Amino acid sequence: MANFQLELVSPEKLLLSREVEMAIIPAAEGEMGVLAGHAPMIVALRGGIIRVRENGQETERLFVAGGFAEITPTRVTVLADEATPVAELSRTEAERRIGEAEAAYAAAASDTPEHRDAAMARLLSMRAMRDAAQAA
Amino acid sequence: MPSLKSLRSRINSVKSTRKITQAMKMVAAAKLRRAQSQAEAARPYAERMERMLASLGASVASSPDAPRMLVGTGADNVHLLVVVTADRGLAGPFNTNVGRFARARIRALEGEGKTVKILTVGRKGAAYLKREFASRFIGEITLAGKKRLEFADAQDVAHRITAMLEAGEFDVCSLLYNRFRNVITQVPTEQRLIPAPLPEGEATADAGGALYEYEPTEEEILAQLLPQNLAIQIYRALLESAAGEQGSRMTAMDNATRNAGEMINKLTLNYNRTRQANITKELIEIISGAEAV
Repeated sequence: MANFQLELVSPEKLLLSREVEMAIIPAAEGEMGVLAGHAPMIVALRGGIIRVRENGQETERLFVAGGFAEITPTRVTVLADEATPVAELSRTEAERRIGEAEAAYAAAASDTPEHRDAAMARLLSMRAMRDAAQAA
Repeated sequence: MPSLKSLRSRINSVKSTRKITQAMKMVAAAKLRRAQSQAEAARPYAERMERMLASLGASVASSPDAPRMLVGTGADNVHLLVVVTADRGLAGPFNTNVGRFARARIRALEGEGKTVKILTVGRKGAAYLKREFASRFIGEITLAGKKRLEFADAQDVAHRITAMLEAGEFDVCSLLYNRFRNVITQVPTEQRLIPAPLPEGEATADAGGALYEYEPTEEEILAQLLPQNLAIQIYRALLESAAGEQGSRMTAMDNATRNAGEMINKLTLNYNRTRQANITKELIEIISGAEAV
Protein backbone atom coordinates (compact mmCIF):
# COMPACT_ATOMS: atom_id res chain seq x y z
CA MET A 1 0.00 0.00 0.00
CA ALA A 2 1.30 3.42 -0.91
CA ASN A 3 2.42 5.70 1.85
CA PHE A 4 2.46 9.47 2.09
CA GLN A 5 4.35 12.03 4.12
CA LEU A 6 2.56 13.23 7.25
CA GLU A 7 3.76 16.33 9.04
CA LEU A 8 2.30 17.62 12.25
CA VAL A 9 3.54 21.00 13.41
CA SER A 10 2.53 23.28 16.24
CA PRO A 11 3.88 26.82 16.61
CA GLU A 12 6.25 25.58 19.27
CA LYS A 13 7.66 22.54 17.51
CA LEU A 14 7.57 19.94 14.78
CA LEU A 15 5.89 16.92 16.34
CA LEU A 16 5.78 14.39 13.58
CA SER A 17 7.25 14.03 10.14
CA ARG A 18 7.27 10.62 8.55
CA GLU A 19 5.77 8.28 6.00
CA VAL A 20 2.44 6.84 7.05
CA GLU A 21 -0.27 4.75 5.46
CA MET A 22 -3.35 6.57 6.66
CA ALA A 23 -4.25 9.50 8.85
CA ILE A 24 -7.64 10.22 10.37
CA ILE A 25 -8.12 13.93 10.84
CA PRO A 26 -10.81 15.70 12.88
CA ALA A 27 -11.93 18.16 10.21
CA ALA A 28 -14.41 20.90 11.06
CA GLU A 29 -17.21 19.09 9.25
CA GLY A 30 -16.48 15.54 10.37
CA GLU A 31 -13.66 13.06 10.63
CA MET A 32 -11.68 12.51 7.47
CA GLY A 33 -9.62 9.46 6.64
CA VAL A 34 -6.77 10.39 4.31
CA LEU A 35 -4.87 7.90 2.18
CA ALA A 36 -2.13 8.50 -0.35
CA GLY A 37 -3.31 10.10 -3.57
CA HIS A 38 -6.01 12.20 -1.94
CA ALA A 39 -7.33 15.17 -3.89
CA PRO A 40 -5.70 18.46 -2.83
CA MET A 41 -7.64 20.11 -0.04
CA ILE A 42 -7.30 22.66 2.70
CA VAL A 43 -9.49 21.97 5.69
CA ALA A 44 -10.07 23.62 9.04
CA LEU A 45 -9.81 21.36 12.09
CA ARG A 46 -11.79 21.20 15.30
CA GLY A 47 -10.51 19.87 18.61
CA GLY A 48 -10.04 16.13 18.36
CA ILE A 49 -7.65 13.27 17.89
CA ILE A 50 -5.46 12.60 14.91
CA ARG A 51 -5.00 8.87 14.43
CA VAL A 52 -2.09 7.56 12.44
CA ARG A 53 -2.10 4.12 10.85
CA GLU A 54 0.94 2.27 9.63
CA ASN A 55 1.05 -1.35 8.42
CA GLY A 56 -2.58 -1.85 9.33
CA GLN A 57 -1.96 -0.82 12.94
CA GLU A 58 -2.94 2.36 14.71
CA THR A 59 0.45 3.60 15.86
CA GLU A 60 -0.07 7.11 17.07
CA ARG A 61 -2.83 9.19 18.63
CA LEU A 62 -2.37 12.91 19.07
CA PHE A 63 -4.80 15.46 20.40
CA VAL A 64 -5.05 18.74 18.48
CA ALA A 65 -6.97 21.76 19.72
CA GLY A 66 -7.86 23.06 16.29
CA GLY A 67 -5.90 24.31 13.31
CA PHE A 68 -5.64 23.53 9.62
CA ALA A 69 -4.57 20.71 7.37
CA GLU A 70 -3.22 20.93 3.87
CA ILE A 71 -3.69 17.78 1.86
CA THR A 72 -1.96 17.00 -1.42
CA PRO A 73 -1.66 13.61 -3.16
CA THR A 74 1.78 12.99 -1.66
CA ARG A 75 1.76 14.94 1.56
CA VAL A 76 -0.42 15.99 4.48
CA THR A 77 0.59 18.95 6.61
CA VAL A 78 -1.30 19.58 9.81
CA LEU A 79 -0.87 23.01 11.38
CA ALA A 80 -2.17 22.52 14.89
CA ASP A 81 -2.79 25.37 17.32
CA GLU A 82 -1.60 23.03 19.97
CA ALA A 83 -0.85 19.31 19.87
CA THR A 84 -0.15 16.69 22.53
CA PRO A 85 0.19 12.92 22.36
CA VAL A 86 -2.96 11.46 23.90
CA ALA A 87 -0.98 9.54 26.53
CA GLU A 88 0.37 12.83 27.92
CA LEU A 89 -3.01 14.49 28.37
CA SER A 90 -4.13 15.11 31.91
CA ARG A 91 -7.74 15.09 32.95
CA THR A 92 -7.39 17.71 35.67
CA GLU A 93 -5.61 20.05 33.29
CA ALA A 94 -8.42 19.58 30.78
CA GLU A 95 -11.05 20.29 33.45
CA ARG A 96 -9.26 23.46 34.42
CA ARG A 97 -9.17 24.65 30.83
CA ILE A 98 -12.82 23.81 30.32
CA GLY A 99 -13.50 26.09 33.26
CA GLU A 100 -11.51 28.86 31.62
CA ALA A 101 -13.22 28.36 28.27
CA GLU A 102 -16.66 28.40 29.92
CA ALA A 103 -15.82 31.67 31.65
CA ALA A 104 -14.59 33.13 28.36
CA TYR A 105 -17.78 31.99 26.64
CA ALA A 106 -19.93 33.56 29.33
CA ALA A 107 -17.94 36.77 29.01
CA ALA A 108 -18.45 36.75 25.24
CA ALA A 109 -22.24 36.45 25.57
CA SER A 110 -22.84 40.07 24.68
CA ASP A 111 -20.04 40.20 22.13
CA THR A 112 -20.24 39.90 18.34
CA PRO A 113 -21.41 36.56 16.91
CA GLU A 114 -17.90 35.86 15.57
CA HIS A 115 -16.40 36.16 19.03
CA ARG A 116 -19.12 33.99 20.48
CA ASP A 117 -18.45 31.35 17.85
CA ALA A 118 -14.73 31.45 18.56
CA ALA A 119 -15.34 31.05 22.29
CA MET A 120 -17.76 28.20 21.63
CA ALA A 121 -15.25 26.44 19.39
CA ARG A 122 -12.65 26.80 22.11
CA LEU A 123 -14.99 25.32 24.71
CA LEU A 124 -15.89 22.40 22.46
CA SER A 125 -12.25 21.69 21.72
CA MET A 126 -11.44 21.69 25.44
CA ARG A 127 -14.30 19.26 26.07
CA ALA A 128 -12.88 17.04 23.34
CA MET A 129 -9.57 17.23 25.18
CA ARG A 130 -11.19 16.00 28.39
CA ASP A 131 -12.90 13.14 26.58
CA ALA A 132 -9.63 12.18 24.96
CA ALA A 133 -7.88 12.28 28.34
CA GLN A 134 -10.58 10.15 29.87
CA ALA A 135 -10.44 7.54 27.14
CA ALA A 136 -6.66 7.27 27.33
CA MET B 1 49.82 60.21 43.00
CA PRO B 2 47.07 57.93 44.33
CA SER B 3 47.83 56.21 47.58
CA LEU B 4 48.50 52.50 47.76
CA LYS B 5 45.32 51.92 49.67
CA SER B 6 43.08 53.65 47.15
CA LEU B 7 44.72 51.71 44.32
CA ARG B 8 44.16 48.46 46.16
CA SER B 9 40.48 49.16 46.63
CA ARG B 10 40.06 50.15 42.99
CA ILE B 11 41.68 46.93 41.84
CA ASN B 12 39.31 44.99 44.07
CA SER B 13 36.26 46.80 42.78
CA VAL B 14 37.21 46.25 39.14
CA LYS B 15 37.84 42.60 39.94
CA SER B 16 34.33 42.14 41.30
CA THR B 17 32.89 43.95 38.29
CA ARG B 18 34.73 41.50 36.08
CA LYS B 19 33.26 38.61 38.02
CA ILE B 20 29.76 39.94 37.46
CA THR B 21 30.19 40.60 33.76
CA GLN B 22 31.71 37.19 33.30
CA ALA B 23 28.78 35.53 35.04
CA MET B 24 26.33 37.55 32.95
CA LYS B 25 28.11 36.45 29.82
CA MET B 26 27.80 32.80 30.78
CA VAL B 27 24.12 33.18 31.60
CA ALA B 28 23.48 34.98 28.32
CA ALA B 29 25.29 32.23 26.41
CA ALA B 30 23.12 29.55 28.00
CA LYS B 31 19.94 31.54 27.36
CA LEU B 32 21.01 32.25 23.82
CA ARG B 33 21.26 28.56 23.05
CA ARG B 34 17.78 28.01 24.42
CA ALA B 35 16.33 30.97 22.54
CA GLN B 36 17.94 29.85 19.31
CA SER B 37 16.58 26.34 19.53
CA GLN B 38 13.15 27.74 20.30
CA ALA B 39 13.34 30.00 17.27
CA GLU B 40 14.35 27.05 15.15
CA ALA B 41 11.48 24.95 16.47
CA ALA B 42 9.00 27.61 15.41
CA ARG B 43 10.31 27.78 11.87
CA PRO B 44 8.54 24.74 10.30
CA TYR B 45 5.11 26.01 11.35
CA ALA B 46 5.76 29.47 9.96
CA GLU B 47 7.01 28.05 6.68
CA ARG B 48 4.01 25.84 6.17
CA MET B 49 1.67 28.61 7.17
CA GLU B 50 3.24 30.79 4.53
CA ARG B 51 2.79 28.13 1.88
CA MET B 52 -0.85 27.63 2.74
CA LEU B 53 -1.49 31.34 2.82
CA ALA B 54 0.15 31.79 -0.57
CA SER B 55 -2.21 29.36 -2.22
CA LEU B 56 -5.26 30.74 -0.43
CA GLY B 57 -4.56 34.44 -0.45
CA ALA B 58 -3.90 34.72 -4.16
CA SER B 59 -7.36 33.48 -5.03
CA VAL B 60 -9.21 35.63 -2.48
CA ALA B 61 -7.26 38.88 -2.57
CA SER B 62 -8.79 39.98 -5.84
CA SER B 63 -12.39 39.59 -4.68
CA PRO B 64 -14.10 42.79 -3.48
CA ASP B 65 -15.09 41.49 -0.04
CA ALA B 66 -11.64 40.20 0.88
CA PRO B 67 -10.95 40.40 4.61
CA ARG B 68 -9.38 43.60 5.90
CA MET B 69 -6.52 41.79 7.47
CA LEU B 70 -5.39 40.70 4.04
CA VAL B 71 -5.96 43.79 1.95
CA GLY B 72 -6.05 46.53 4.58
CA THR B 73 -8.59 49.31 4.77
CA GLY B 74 -7.59 50.76 1.44
CA ALA B 75 -6.34 53.93 3.11
CA ASP B 76 -2.81 54.72 4.20
CA ASN B 77 -3.26 57.43 6.81
CA VAL B 78 -2.90 55.90 10.24
CA HIS B 79 0.12 53.73 10.89
CA LEU B 80 0.41 51.45 13.88
CA LEU B 81 3.99 50.60 14.76
CA VAL B 82 4.63 47.69 17.05
CA VAL B 83 8.11 48.12 18.49
CA VAL B 84 9.71 45.03 20.00
CA THR B 85 12.60 45.50 22.43
CA ALA B 86 13.99 43.72 25.45
CA ASP B 87 12.79 44.17 29.01
CA ARG B 88 16.28 44.46 30.39
CA GLY B 89 19.23 46.62 29.61
CA LEU B 90 22.94 45.86 29.69
CA ALA B 91 22.71 44.31 26.27
CA GLY B 92 25.01 46.60 24.35
CA PRO B 93 23.38 48.64 21.60
CA PHE B 94 20.47 46.20 21.25
CA ASN B 95 17.65 48.37 22.57
CA THR B 96 19.01 51.69 21.36
CA ASN B 97 19.29 50.35 17.83
CA VAL B 98 15.60 49.49 17.59
CA GLY B 99 14.73 52.69 19.36
CA ARG B 100 16.70 54.82 16.96
CA PHE B 101 15.31 52.92 14.00
CA ALA B 102 11.76 53.42 15.27
CA ARG B 103 12.36 57.11 15.86
CA ALA B 104 13.63 57.62 12.33
CA ARG B 105 10.62 55.74 11.00
CA ILE B 106 8.13 57.76 13.06
CA ARG B 107 9.71 61.03 11.96
CA ALA B 108 9.63 59.95 8.31
CA LEU B 109 5.96 58.92 8.51
CA GLU B 110 4.95 62.10 10.29
CA GLY B 111 6.91 64.09 7.76
CA GLU B 112 4.65 62.60 5.10
CA GLY B 113 1.65 63.78 7.10
CA LYS B 114 0.56 60.39 8.41
CA THR B 115 -0.71 59.72 11.89
CA VAL B 116 1.43 57.33 13.92
CA LYS B 117 0.36 55.16 16.82
CA ILE B 118 2.83 53.22 18.89
CA LEU B 119 2.48 49.93 20.70
CA THR B 120 5.60 48.69 22.44
CA VAL B 121 6.51 45.21 23.54
CA GLY B 122 9.26 45.28 26.15
CA ARG B 123 10.02 47.92 28.75
CA LYS B 124 13.16 49.39 27.26
CA GLY B 125 11.59 50.49 24.02
CA ALA B 126 8.73 52.11 25.91
CA ALA B 127 11.15 54.08 28.06
CA TYR B 128 13.17 55.16 25.06
CA LEU B 129 10.29 56.31 22.87
CA LYS B 130 8.16 57.83 25.59
CA ARG B 131 10.48 60.74 26.06
CA GLU B 132 9.73 62.04 22.62
CA PHE B 133 6.51 60.44 21.42
CA ALA B 134 4.43 59.99 24.57
CA SER B 135 1.31 61.39 22.88
CA ARG B 136 1.38 58.66 20.19
CA PHE B 137 1.42 55.82 22.68
CA ILE B 138 -1.60 53.59 22.70
CA GLY B 139 -0.20 50.85 24.87
CA GLU B 140 2.75 48.94 26.10
CA ILE B 141 3.13 45.28 26.74
CA THR B 142 5.81 43.78 28.89
CA LEU B 143 6.86 40.18 29.05
CA ALA B 144 9.22 40.70 31.98
CA GLY B 145 9.46 37.86 34.42
CA LYS B 146 8.58 35.20 31.85
CA LYS B 147 10.96 32.29 31.82
CA ARG B 148 9.98 31.15 28.38
CA LEU B 149 8.18 32.86 25.56
CA GLU B 150 5.01 31.05 24.69
CA PHE B 151 2.87 31.19 21.63
CA ALA B 152 0.03 32.44 23.82
CA ASP B 153 2.04 35.61 24.54
CA ALA B 154 2.23 36.36 20.85
CA GLN B 155 -1.47 35.60 20.52
CA ASP B 156 -2.27 38.20 23.15
CA VAL B 157 -0.42 40.83 21.14
CA ALA B 158 -2.17 39.66 17.97
CA HIS B 159 -5.59 39.86 19.65
CA ARG B 160 -4.95 43.46 20.59
CA ILE B 161 -4.01 44.34 17.05
CA THR B 162 -7.02 42.50 15.63
CA ALA B 163 -9.38 44.30 18.00
CA MET B 164 -7.95 47.64 16.93
CA LEU B 165 -8.25 46.71 13.29
CA GLU B 166 -11.90 45.81 13.74
CA ALA B 167 -12.50 49.12 15.45
CA GLY B 168 -10.86 50.82 12.46
CA GLU B 169 -8.18 52.50 14.52
CA PHE B 170 -5.41 52.15 11.96
CA ASP B 171 -4.81 51.42 8.29
CA VAL B 172 -1.36 49.91 8.17
CA CYS B 173 0.41 47.92 10.84
CA SER B 174 4.14 47.20 10.93
CA LEU B 175 6.40 45.41 13.31
CA LEU B 176 9.80 46.87 14.19
CA TYR B 177 12.23 44.47 15.79
CA ASN B 178 15.81 43.27 15.83
CA ARG B 179 16.24 40.48 13.36
CA PHE B 180 18.75 37.91 14.48
CA ARG B 181 21.40 37.50 11.81
CA ASN B 182 24.05 35.93 13.99
CA VAL B 183 25.30 36.20 17.54
CA ILE B 184 27.16 39.44 16.88
CA THR B 185 24.85 41.08 14.37
CA GLN B 186 21.24 42.03 14.90
CA VAL B 187 19.55 44.08 12.24
CA PRO B 188 16.68 46.43 13.09
CA THR B 189 13.98 45.45 10.63
CA GLU B 190 10.54 46.61 9.66
CA GLN B 191 8.00 44.01 8.73
CA ARG B 192 4.52 44.81 7.48
CA LEU B 193 1.74 42.85 9.15
CA ILE B 194 -1.44 44.44 7.83
CA PRO B 195 -2.22 44.42 4.96
CA ALA B 196 -0.60 41.00 4.90
CA PRO B 197 2.21 40.80 2.38
CA LEU B 198 1.44 37.79 0.24
CA PRO B 199 4.37 35.48 -0.30
CA GLU B 200 4.99 34.75 -3.94
CA GLY B 201 3.75 31.19 -3.99
CA GLU B 202 4.23 28.32 -6.33
CA ALA B 203 2.26 26.22 -3.89
CA THR B 204 -0.11 24.99 -6.54
CA ALA B 205 2.72 23.41 -8.48
CA ASP B 206 3.21 21.10 -5.57
CA ALA B 207 -0.41 19.96 -5.66
CA GLY B 208 0.13 18.70 -9.18
CA GLY B 209 -1.22 21.89 -10.70
CA ALA B 210 -4.66 21.07 -9.36
CA LEU B 211 -6.57 23.60 -7.32
CA TYR B 212 -7.35 22.97 -3.71
CA GLU B 213 -10.77 22.15 -2.42
CA TYR B 214 -11.74 23.94 0.75
CA GLU B 215 -13.71 22.74 3.70
CA PRO B 216 -15.67 24.62 5.00
CA THR B 217 -15.34 27.57 2.57
CA GLU B 218 -12.34 29.53 1.39
CA GLU B 219 -13.50 32.64 3.26
CA GLU B 220 -14.05 30.83 6.53
CA ILE B 221 -10.66 29.20 6.44
CA LEU B 222 -9.03 32.48 5.57
CA ALA B 223 -10.84 34.20 8.41
CA GLN B 224 -9.20 31.74 10.80
CA LEU B 225 -5.90 31.52 9.05
CA LEU B 226 -5.15 35.24 8.95
CA PRO B 227 -5.26 35.93 12.71
CA GLN B 228 -3.21 32.80 13.23
CA ASN B 229 -0.72 34.05 10.68
CA LEU B 230 -0.55 37.40 12.43
CA ALA B 231 0.17 35.65 15.73
CA ILE B 232 2.85 33.46 14.22
CA GLN B 233 4.59 36.43 12.60
CA ILE B 234 4.65 38.18 15.95
CA TYR B 235 5.78 35.03 17.71
CA ARG B 236 8.63 34.71 15.26
CA ALA B 237 9.68 38.32 15.79
CA LEU B 238 9.53 37.93 19.56
CA LEU B 239 11.69 34.83 19.41
CA GLU B 240 14.21 36.46 17.11
CA SER B 241 14.32 39.50 19.31
CA ALA B 242 14.81 37.33 22.41
CA ALA B 243 17.67 35.44 20.75
CA GLY B 244 19.19 38.71 19.57
CA GLU B 245 18.98 40.20 23.04
CA GLN B 246 20.94 37.34 24.53
CA GLY B 247 23.45 37.41 21.69
CA SER B 248 23.95 41.13 22.07
CA ARG B 249 24.28 40.84 25.83
CA MET B 250 26.81 38.07 25.46
CA THR B 251 28.97 40.17 23.17
CA ALA B 252 28.64 43.25 25.35
CA MET B 253 29.56 41.34 28.49
CA ASP B 254 32.47 39.67 26.75
CA ASN B 255 33.84 43.09 25.87
CA ALA B 256 33.21 44.36 29.38
CA THR B 257 35.06 41.40 30.85
CA ARG B 258 38.00 42.01 28.55
CA ASN B 259 38.09 45.72 29.36
CA ALA B 260 37.96 44.97 33.07
CA GLY B 261 40.92 42.62 32.64
CA GLU B 262 42.94 45.33 30.89
CA MET B 263 42.04 47.81 33.57
CA ILE B 264 43.18 45.44 36.29
CA ASN B 265 46.52 44.93 34.54
CA LYS B 266 47.04 48.66 34.27
CA LEU B 267 46.09 49.31 37.86
CA THR B 268 48.28 46.49 39.12
CA LEU B 269 51.23 47.89 37.21
CA ASN B 270 50.55 51.28 38.66
CA TYR B 271 50.23 49.80 42.13
CA ASN B 272 53.56 47.97 41.92
CA ARG B 273 55.33 51.04 40.58
CA THR B 274 54.01 53.15 43.40
CA ARG B 275 55.02 50.53 45.92
CA GLN B 276 58.55 50.38 44.53
CA ALA B 277 58.81 54.14 44.44
CA ASN B 278 57.82 54.25 48.09
CA ILE B 279 60.46 51.68 49.04
CA THR B 280 63.13 53.49 47.05
CA LYS B 281 62.17 56.75 48.66
CA GLU B 282 62.46 55.24 52.13
CA LEU B 283 65.83 53.69 51.30
CA ILE B 284 67.15 57.02 50.07
CA GLU B 285 65.95 58.65 53.25
CA ILE B 286 67.71 56.04 55.41
CA ILE B 287 70.97 56.21 53.44
CA SER B 288 71.11 59.97 53.30
CA GLY B 289 70.31 60.04 57.00
CA ALA B 290 73.21 57.64 57.75
CA GLU B 291 75.60 59.68 55.61
CA ALA B 292 74.76 62.84 57.46
CA VAL B 293 75.78 61.29 60.78
